[in-house]
Amino acid sequence: MAGGSSINVLEQFELHPVLGGFGEALRFSQAPVFMIVACVIVLAFLHYGMKPAAVVPGRLQAAAEVCYEFVRNLAVDTIGPEGVAFFPFIFALFFFILAGNYLGLLPYSYTFTSHIAVTFAMAMMVFILSVIVSLKVQGFKFFAHFMPPGAPVALAPLLVPIEILSFLSRPVSLSIRLFANMVAGHVMFDIFASFVIMLAGLGFFGDVLAVGPLVINIALMGLELLVGVLQAYVFAILTCIYLREAVSH
Amino acid sequence: MRLPVSLIRHSLMMGVASLPLLVAAAPGAHAAGMPQLDFRNPLLTGQVVWGAGIFLFFYLALRGWALPRVGTVLENRSQRINGDLDQAHQAKADADAAVRDLNQTKKAAAAEAQAHLDSVLAAEKKAAADRLAQLGAKLETEIAAAEAGVAKERAQALQSLRPIAGDVAEALVRRLTGVAPDRSRIEQAVATVAARVQG
Repeated sequence: MAGGSSINVLEQFELHPVLGGFGEALRFSQAPVFMIVACVIVLAFLHYGMKPAAVVPGRLQAAAEVCYEFVRNLAVDTIGPEGVAFFPFIFALFFFILAGNYLGLLPYSYTFTSHIAVTFAMAMMVFILSVIVSLKVQGFKFFAHFMPPGAPVALAPLLVPIEILSFLSRPVSLSIRLFANMVAGHVMFDIFASFVIMLAGLGFFGDVLAVGPLVINIALMGLELLVGVLQAYVFAILTCIYLREAVSH
Repeated sequence: MRLPVSLIRHSLMMGVASLPLLVAAAPGAHAAGMPQLDFRNPLLTGQVVWGAGIFLFFYLALRGWALPRVGTVLENRSQRINGDLDQAHQAKADADAAVRDLNQTKKAAAAEAQAHLDSVLAAEKKAAADRLAQLGAKLETEIAAAEAGVAKERAQALQSLRPIAGDVAEALVRRLTGVAPDRSRIEQAVATVAARVQG
């Protein structure tokens, strides 16, 4: 945040050990804490939502059912009938990212999806899963995908490396997309919030001018709410697309 | 084709287990001031390891506990709705059949009543015609008997009228002429007039 007259917008992404020396020894920072909070919120939402198990659902149960059916339809419509097996994974991925993105919008919280290490780890998990499923389902035919069908054999030395590079870039693009969106949003928040504080220290005219960045920050919150769900959706649907390619012959 | 769940689980576990290695092996891209790229920070790799464990637990909790609960409720509702729909369809079919039976019964009852009415009417008509015929015959007989009686009475009256006419004629002639007429001539004249009247 603002330190004196300078702005350190990257300070919010720093990791600090929690639980004192115990947390330091276990390398337990605020990121895993908010990961646990995110998981607990999602599981509690499903638990308390589905507690009545009513035929005619209440609001919370209807919301839980809508979430279930939304991700299930996403998985099955994109991957195909095999998507049923991947549905819990897609659900976990989508809501882990969504809860992480939204938790980061709360004051004094931490956005674990703003760390490239976390997003790259998730992207690699998807990538490795899709490769394993591809090898299991397609066998060595999987490698035939690196040579586009119908292309002249003479172009193979050029096309195959391009295709391999394109394939290997998937986890990079998947992780950087989420990371960059989250970082950009939070940096913008921090910059405009710092403007508010800095302008407020300039007296009456500063107070009046500070309304501008404050309004922008409110608008940014709306945008970040949209970006948060959109990035979770993009991550989930790209995972579904990679898995569809993996299970198709 | 259905993929075995164990394949996904094993793949996930392998993927999750390999993440810290991938992160640790990442190039030392430490940009000054960017905490996300400070790979020397043990907390950065630590959050990936913790995240892998937390995500694995989250996935297993969802797959084994939370999502099946939602799925069961949705399945039960779907079954119940389908069952209710089947019952409604059955009830409608039963109601349609009952209405069809009712219409058929009504039609049959109406036809039977009409036939009964027709038969009763026909029987009544026949009975009435029989009674009329009997009455006609009886009346004919009575008329014939009455006519015969009338003819007999008339004949008797005519028979008893001749002596009276003879006596009246004889008395008139005697009063007019003062002479007693011949009785045989008077009876002959009466007979002639009577024959003319009767003829």
